[in-house]
Amino acid sequence: MTEATLADLVILACAQAWRHDGEVMATGIGPLPRLGTALAKTLYNPALQTTDGECYYGNEPIAPGKRSGPVIYEGMANYDRVFASLWGGRRHAMVGPVQFDRFGQANISVIGNHEKPKSAMLGARGFPGNSIVHPNSFFFPSHNKRAFVEGEVDFVCMAGYNPARYLNGKPPAGLDLRVIVSNLCVMDFGGPDRQVRVVSLHAGVTFDEVQDNTGFPLAKIGDAIPETPLPTAEELALIARLDPNGVRTTVFKENPPARRAA
Amino acid sequence: MTFDKRMSAADVVAQLSDGMTIGIGGWATRRKPMALVRAILRSDLKDLTVLSYGGPDVGMLCAAGKVKKLVFAFVSLDHYPLEPHFRAARQAGTIEVLELDEGLFHWGLRAAAMHLPFLPTRIGIGTDIIRQKGFVFKTVTSPYGDGEELIAMPALNLDVALIHAQRSDEKGNLLVTSPDPFFDELFTRAAPKVFASVEQVVSTAELDIEANARFALVERARITGVVEAPFGAHPTSANPEYHLDLKHLKTYVDSAASPEAWAEYRKTFIDVSDAEYLAAVGGAEALRALPRPVY
Repeated sequence: MTEATLADLVILACAQAWRHDGEVMATGIGPLPRLGTALAKTLYNPALQTTDGECYYGNEPIAPGKRSGPVIYEGMANYDRVFASLWGGRRHAMVGPVQFDRFGQANISVIGNHEKPKSAMLGARGFPGNSIVHPNSFFFPSHNKRAFVEGEVDFVCMAGYNPARYLNGKPPAGLDLRVIVSNLCVMDFGGPDRQVRVVSLHAGVTFDEVQDNTGFPLAKIGDAIPETPLPTAEELALIARLDPNGVRTTVFKENPPARRAA
Repeated sequence: MTFDKRMSAADVVAQLSDGMTIGIGGWATRRKPMALVRAILRSDLKDLTVLSYGGPDVGMLCAAGKVKKLVFAFVSLDHYPLEPHFRAARQAGTIEVLELDEGLFHWGLRAAAMHLPFLPTRIGIGTDIIRQKGFVFKTVTSPYGDGEELIAMPALNLDVALIHAQRSDEKGNLLVTSPDPFFDELFTRAAPKVFASVEQVVSTAELDIEANARFALVERARITGVVEAPFGAHPTSANPEYHLDLKHLKTYVDSAASPEAWAEYRKTFIDVSDAEYLAAVGGAEALRALPRPVY
């Protein structure tokens, strides 16, 4: 059988995020989270609504990259509708911030000072609103201390579990940060006082390696941290069908196998 | 008596002045009134406050030194996520900014459209959006039993809005036939003066409003002037009539490499007539044949 790649493993891990969401809009930014929505819709949760990344809901998940044939659309996802829908909370997005901190605060705006940044990136986009109205998960292709920063992120675009920023001491009603998938592990906010916690390690990765590449202290799900599940042969075949252009092979350098060489 | 709002892009620029607050419709690389933006670039207008779901419109205005202040939620070329001229201006610290969330931006336009001083929202809570140096966001407390404290998003009042549509008649009845109208209607309602570039001006009968009513953007009383500008959104898209020009976008991105590269871009694509522009970007037939991009 074909050997699973790290990208395949990550897609399967991302897919778990939407498994029990019911009928919501599933948005995955970037090829692997997007394929995660496709896999979740196909394997676990056919009620999910996914888009073409532009302005329609697809009847089936729409493959990233060039279209290989006609697409059947099932609904309208223009921006006005998307805003109206997400304010109602029926969406779960997985996004790829540039910086992320121990509170789950995320940044895609600037590195450095906001008035005269060292690096100006996109701007906050919809992150501030998204973060307080619907569940959010995260994907990081490079797990390191530049992404998982020591202090707070340079510009807080997404609210996190940071009491110092709450209004009147109460967390925003819709704040619901779910899972963090990286090239090394899967994490959540299940530690004490919502501390970020490692829930599974990708094959061949140790907790120490994850901690050494994270700017803040991590909790563990238990003394023995499980291995992130490897895709089965059936799941691999399905992933290949959902990604006919092979976009997933371009995410990680040299497209490494899921299980590291010892 | 005639009733005719047709004018040229130069006529539009003549109605603008230094220091104005200008809202630009469209979204990133989609249906931007680029012919009007290029006309501004050719003018000596300065110190503009620009509000936009930003794409090359914002980048070009930054590159040409027209922007004093930018109100935005993002500036992106979609397929080239980072807008190079916007980045350069931000990193040089030469423009003031008010950074918003996309929905908060919408809310500010809606407040202006409703002639309200603000609209309440939760957006911004917990983030640095409400802790920027340039603007002090205030909160309001719900007067009802819940007593919730909310952010008061101020109205984003404009002096002028610029948008691009596919069709109009000479009276300013517009059709936007793209699948996503974005927030162009709110831009038209947030400004006392609105100028629309359009692919084609047709007779009122040819608008076939009965068939196309859902594409009619706004009542014509909001529209000050219409400028017939075929391919006036290029290099952004005005689908279904033409798509994003990715090849030109690359040329534009490369123009940020050096002052000389930008000067060359200006000479070739900005300081030229409409006919010269169309020829320089490959001609009408090539633009109509641009493939539909994937997102």
